[in-house]
Amino acid sequence: MRLWDRFLHSFISPGLWVPFGSIVLGFLVGAIIMAFGGFNPFVAYAALMQKAFGSPYNIGEMLREMTPLLLTGLSVAFAFRAGLLNIGTAGQMVMGSLGAALVGVLVPLPPIVHAIVALFVGVLFGALWGSLVGYLKAYRGVNEVIAAIMLNWVALYFANYVIRTAILDPQQKQRSLYVASSARINADFLSALFQNARLSYGFLLALLMVYVFWFLLYRTRLGFELRAVGAGAEAAQYAGIRIGRQVIVTMFLSGAFSGLAGAIEVLGVYGYMTISTVHASYGFDGIAVALLGGATALGTLFSAFLFAVLSYGAAGMQFAADVPLEVSRVVMAAILFFVAASALVRSLYTVTLGRMRRGSLESEVNRS
Amino acid sequence: MIDLIAQLINITLVFSSALIFAAMGGIFSERAGIIALSLEGYMIGGAFLAAVAAHVYEQLGWGASSAYLAFFTAMIAGMLLALIHALATVTYGADQVVSGVVINFLAAGLSVFLVKVIYQGAGQTPTLKTAVFSKWSIPYLSDLPLIGPGFFRMYPTTYLALFTVALTAWILWRTPFGLRLRSLGEHPAAAASLGISVRRYRYIGVITSGALAALGGATITLTTTGNFSHATIAGQGFIALAAMIFGQWNPHWVLLAALFFGMATGLKNIIQLYPWARDIPTEWIYMLPYVLTLIVLSSAISRARPPKALGEAYDLSRRT
Repeated sequence: MRLWDRFLHSFISPGLWVPFGSIVLGFLVGAIIMAFGGFNPFVAYAALMQKAFGSPYNIGEMLREMTPLLLTGLSVAFAFRAGLLNIGTAGQMVMGSLGAALVGVLVPLPPIVHAIVALFVGVLFGALWGSLVGYLKAYRGVNEVIAAIMLNWVALYFANYVIRTAILDPQQKQRSLYVASSARINADFLSALFQNARLSYGFLLALLMVYVFWFLLYRTRLGFELRAVGAGAEAAQYAGIRIGRQVIVTMFLSGAFSGLAGAIEVLGVYGYMTISTVHASYGFDGIAVALLGGATALGTLFSAFLFAVLSYGAAGMQFAADVPLEVSRVVMAAILFFVAASALVRSLYTVTLGRMRRGSLESEVNRS
Repeated sequence: MIDLIAQLINITLVFSSALIFAAMGGIFSERAGIIALSLEGYMIGGAFLAAVAAHVYEQLGWGASSAYLAFFTAMIAGMLLALIHALATVTYGADQVVSGVVINFLAAGLSVFLVKVIYQGAGQTPTLKTAVFSKWSIPYLSDLPLIGPGFFRMYPTTYLALFTVALTAWILWRTPFGLRLRSLGEHPAAAASLGISVRRYRYIGVITSGALAALGGATITLTTTGNFSHATIAGQGFIALAAMIFGQWNPHWVLLAALFFGMATGLKNIIQLYPWARDIPTEWIYMLPYVLTLIVLSSAISRARPPKALGEAYDLSRRT
C-alpha cells in the first residue's frame, strides 16, 4: 500500500516531470530533424527499437553498450552529489583501460587472479587520474572542469604513447596485443543466454556498482560527509569536514567508477586497447546519463538503459531506414538540453497542463 | 637554418589562426559571464557550414571568391548554436557547463548527420578544388629574407585573425559597449542597477563568440583540410579554450597563448621532416598545450583570475 502511494506520488511530484518531459521533447526534436532531412521518423524509431530489442543477441549487445554508460553515469553522479562536475570521465576511462591492458598483456598470473588484478589496476588508474583533478581543484585552485578537460587529452596521448612503446601489436600497429586469456572476464553463461553477445561479468559488476553507489552515499560516514559538502560546502566545513581532503576522495571514487568502465571494455569486450585520436563518446555521455537520472542510483540505471537503447539502436536506424545514426546523438543532446534548461520544460508544462493542476502548482510555488 | 625558422613562423601562424578566432570569441562570452565550453561546438558548426557553402558556391561557378563568401557564411552556424547556448543559460538559467556540453554534442551529431543527408551517405564533404584560400604574397615585403617567407606569405585568414585581436581589444576596453559587457562578467547585479540589460548584453556576447569561433572552424576547412568530416576539429575548440585561460582573458596575452599552441602543432608537423627530431615521440608534443596549461594554472605565479561572476546565472528576481 505504501509502495503504491509512493508510486502514484512519483507521477504527481514535479521532480519526475522534467526528465520525462525532456525525453519526450528530445525524441520530438529528433523526429523534427529527421522529417526535415526527408526521413520518416516513425519508420526510423521503429527500426531503432527493432535493433535494440529485436533478438536476444541484440538485447545482449545493447546491455553491453549500457555497461560503460551506466558506470560513467554513476561516476558523474557520484561527484555531482558532492557538488563537483566530473567532466573527466573520458580520461579516467582511458586510464582504466590502460591499466587493465598493461596488466593483461605484460603480467603473467593464474586465471581469475589475473582478471581480478587487472580489473583492480584499471580501477586504480582511473581513480588516481580522478583524484588528480581533485588535487588540482582543492590545493591548486584550478577549476575542476578545465583541469578535467586538459587531463582528458593528456590521458589519451599518454595512453597512446604507452600502447605504442610497451604493448603494441606488431602486426596491427594501431592497437595493443591481446590480453592473456587468463585476464578476460567473459561470462560464457551470459553470452550463451544472449546468442553469443559480448556480455561479460563486467555487466554484472556494473549492476553491482549501482548498489555500491547507493551504499557509499547513504550507509557510510564518507557518503554522509560527501552529501553534506554537496548541500553546502561552507556549512560542511563549519561542521568540521575537511573540504580539501573530501574533494580528493570524492574524485578518487568517482574516477574509480570510470576506471572500471574502461577496464571492462578491455577485459570483457575487445580484449585489446586501440590507439585513438579522439575520445570514445562515453565520457560525455556519462554526464547526460547522470543528469537525466537526477544523480540517483536508480535514476542513473534507468537513464543508462535509455541511452544504451538510443545509442545501440542507432545503427539499426541507419541500416534499416537509411537514417544517419548521428540522429541518436542529436536526440541525446536535446534530452540533456531540456534537462539542463528545466525551467523551459517546467514553463511548457505549466502552459499545457497547469490549468488542470492549479492546486498542486500553487503548493509547489509556496514551497519554493 | 633561416629557412627552418621562417618555415616554423609561417606554419605557426597558419595553425594559430583558427585558435585565435575561437579564443577571441571565448573572451566575448566569458567576459560577459557565460562559460565558453561550447567553443568546440561552434568551431565544428563553422567548419561544417564553410565546407558545404564553399562547395555550393564552387558548383555555382563563383571561383576563388567562393572561399571568401563561404568563410563569412560559416558564421551563421556558430551564431545559431550560440543562440541555443544563450537561450539555455541566459533565459532559462541552465548550468553553463552542461549547456556547453550539449552544444558540443549537438554540433558533432548534427553536422555529420547533415553531411550524410546532403551528400547521400558520405562521411565527409567533397574536397574543395577552387574554393579554398591561397596564400597572399605581400608585394616587396615578402621578398625580405626570413621575415618575408615567415610573415608575409600568409593566408588572408591569418591577417584577419590578427586584426580580430586588435578589434576585440578595442571593442572591449575602449568602447562603452565593451565596458558594459565586461561589467556583466564581474558583477551583473551592479550593472543591472545602472540600467544595463544583462540579458541583451549576454546574448550579444555569446552570439559574438559563436560567430568568431565559427570563423575559426571555417579557417581550418578553407586553409588546411579542404573538406569537413567528424575529425576536422577534434578538440581544437578545447585548445582555444585553454589558450583563452592561459592568456587570462586578455586579448594580447591570449594571442601569445594561441601562437604558442599553434607552434606546438606546427612543430609536430615540421619536426617529422628532420631526421634528428624523429626520436621525440609525437604524443609528447600533442600533450604539450594541455600540460602547460595545467602547470600555469596550478602554479602560484599565475594570477589567472576568471571574471568574477563567470558561470553564475543572473536571476532578475534576486538582485544581489
